[in-house]
Amino acid sequence: MVGAALSLAGRDLRLALRQRSDAGTVVLFFVLVASLFPLAIGPAPNVLLRIAPGVIWVTALLAVLLSLERLFLADFEDGSLELLTLAPTPLSLLVLAKCLAHWLTTGLPVILAAPVIAVLYGLEADAFAPLIGAMLLGSPSLSLIGAIGAALTLGARRGGVLVPLLVLPLYVPVLIFGVLAVDAALAGLPARPHLLLLGALLLAALPLAPIAAAAALRQAVE
Amino acid sequence: MPLHRFANPGRFMRLADRLLPWTGGLAVLAIGIGLVLGLFVAPPDYQQGESVRIMYVHVPAAWMALFVYTCIAVASAVSLIWRHPLADLAAKASSPVGAAFTFLALVTGSLWGKPMWGTWWVWDARLTSVLVLFFLYLGHMALMTAFEDPARGRKAAAVLALVGFVNVPIIKFSVDWWNTLHQPSSVLRLDGPSIHPDMLWPLLAMAVGFKLYYVLLLLIRIKSELIEARLRALGRAAMTSAPAPAPVAQ
Repeated sequence: MVGAALSLAGRDLRLALRQRSDAGTVVLFFVLVASLFPLAIGPAPNVLLRIAPGVIWVTALLAVLLSLERLFLADFEDGSLELLTLAPTPLSLLVLAKCLAHWLTTGLPVILAAPVIAVLYGLEADAFAPLIGAMLLGSPSLSLIGAIGAALTLGARRGGVLVPLLVLPLYVPVLIFGVLAVDAALAGLPARPHLLLLGALLLAALPLAPIAAAAALRQAVE
Repeated sequence: MPLHRFANPGRFMRLADRLLPWTGGLAVLAIGIGLVLGLFVAPPDYQQGESVRIMYVHVPAAWMALFVYTCIAVASAVSLIWRHPLADLAAKASSPVGAAFTFLALVTGSLWGKPMWGTWWVWDARLTSVLVLFFLYLGHMALMTAFEDPARGRKAAAVLALVGFVNVPIIKFSVDWWNTLHQPSSVLRLDGPSIHPDMLWPLLAMAVGFKLYYVLLLLIRIKSELIEARLRALGRAAMTSAPAPAPVAQ
């Protein structure tokens, strides 16, 4: 059962690696949008430092959002989604595997690119560890929650516009605690409580989001 | 399953027709009493002055925002689990009403906040989570109409409503969990309401009036959905049974 799920994740990873542009585009989008803010707001270092955690998180959110469409759409269009729903493996486990592959190809590259942006914004070195820690705990939740939105809008008339409307309100807690963790570190306070809350969100999303997404996928192929 | 007694649209229509005048009349009565008590009888607040009267609309509207979303979540669960046909329609009929109540709560809160807090809006936990609730309502409405097949839209919206329900306890307890500008609950408390009865009664009358108004709208909207479905079915039947149109002379 787990083997089937892992092989599905492996297949998604192979597909993503062979079309290298996909994961690359997400990182490029992240870096590009984040570097627009200093141009728009002005290069004053104290302002940039103040907005850095928020900009990094919001941009990461948008980058993940951008990539959600490809989570199920290709499988939906070529019919492999119907085979997945008929498989003996529980669909929620397969969704979890697809979320894992999605996180490895979007969340992880964005996290790897985040220190670069942090340096460009002049973030202090002691805020780096909380930033990376918060993103490591928060970004898997983004993939998991996003999977629900991606599954619900399969076959919708305005799928592309609809996903942000459905998913962004649910991303708000991750955004708030993610930014608070970095802000706390910048203010010399412990980031631990916010990291724990991010971990709690992830632990809640890990079992529940695949169930909801699987229910949505079953409706899509009905 | 006693719930399925009401799955019959005809029985529901008869029941709704019988209930409609009562809920309508009682809603007008309760809101009327609430408005008179709240606007003329209740004393002004010793700190807030006359602007406390906004509360008699704001607080019941905010309660309704949560109550209607809870109703949608329950109806969605019933429709997903038991495939109850009217539960789908109840969820569909509720979300614009709930969105309107949420909007009313946000607007009246903002109007009250300007003289009292000195600002239209603050990004505290209660206000932000209610704003998220408003967006969840909008997403629910948008998803409902996003598909060619209305049944698929209703089912997708049901899943979304259940997922979004996590926000309701967050809103309810946000003022207790976070130390915010929005005051904590003063009516639904374990040690009894902490506000004066002169202010409590108009508040409760308005709350009952708003609930009845919601029931009234719900009955009307479900009825119209059923009538629309029947019209569509009749139209389809007429199309299939009608004789082929006579060839037009050239």
